[in-house]
Amino acid sequence: MKATKYVVTSQDSDVLPSDIALKIYELGREINVKETCFGVIIDGEEEDIEATVKEVRAMDPSNIFIKDRGFPPGDPRRCRGHRGGGARPGFYMMQHESEILPLISRGLASEAEGEEVPSSIGAKKRPSLEELEEMIEEEFS
Amino acid sequence: MVKVMVYPPTSMILADLVERTGHEALVVSKEVRKKVNTPGLDSPPLNMNPDDPKKGLKYAAVDVPSGVRGRMSLLGPMIEEADAAIVIKGDSCTLGCTGCARTNELTRFLLRTKRIPLLELEYPEDEFQAKQFVHKIREFLEGLN
Repeated sequence: MKATKYVVTSQDSDVLPSDIALKIYELGREINVKETCFGVIIDGEEEDIEATVKEVRAMDPSNIFIKDRGFPPGDPRRCRGHRGGGARPGFYMMQHESEILPLISRGLASEAEGEEVPSSIGAKKRPSLEELEEMIEEEFS
Repeated sequence: MVKVMVYPPTSMILADLVERTGHEALVVSKEVRKKVNTPGLDSPPLNMNPDDPKKGLKYAAVDVPSGVRGRMSLLGPMIEEADAAIVIKGDSCTLGCTGCARTNELTRFLLRTKRIPLLELEYPEDEFQAKQFVHKIREFLEGLN
């Protein structure tokens, strides 16, 4: 059975969509690759796609995100070239999530390093009046 | 391997985090994929076949807006299949020109009443929240094994 996946890179990533496309070509599997501004779309047999996804993710584990796609790349029912332009259905969700991808990447990186996550937000506590006075004195004295 | 439903069902972040831990993410694009390969549908999921409203009727009554039933024909089988779920609460992206507040409510209700392991959380707004977000999801998914 055929499968299609999006491979999306976070804004923090040093890996470019063209690097991912080249890596997939190097693997030599029968996979269609479409390069986009946010990453690549890959389409092929399910086993090939699963194996490729593992190798692509290994390029930058905390900055590469992978998602299933219903339509194959270039399908006339979704392709903007055939529909006269405009945003592709599903674009808004991806745009919304892309904005927080760098945060998630940092979260994944800290998990990989085994950093402990404190249960409460110490940094968000408002400074008291005395602390504020001290800060002002330090800054302006 | 556990089948984990993610909500919003198009969420890339949740689906990716689920698949990183070796579980299967139940996402709407897999359901759409089945319809894409069905002959006779011009543009799924906007077009339906005669069986779809019948599937939706299992979850929502006939007087419920047809959009809810249409959406439930895709989401209902996913809920039945799910062994666990991760739900994002109160996010604006689930309510827009293609979203549906009633479907969101009904899906969350069905997931809660199914009595499966359920994690409800919000999208992070800063780095600290992001670390907690990833940590909670990882703990939840590892606990399912």
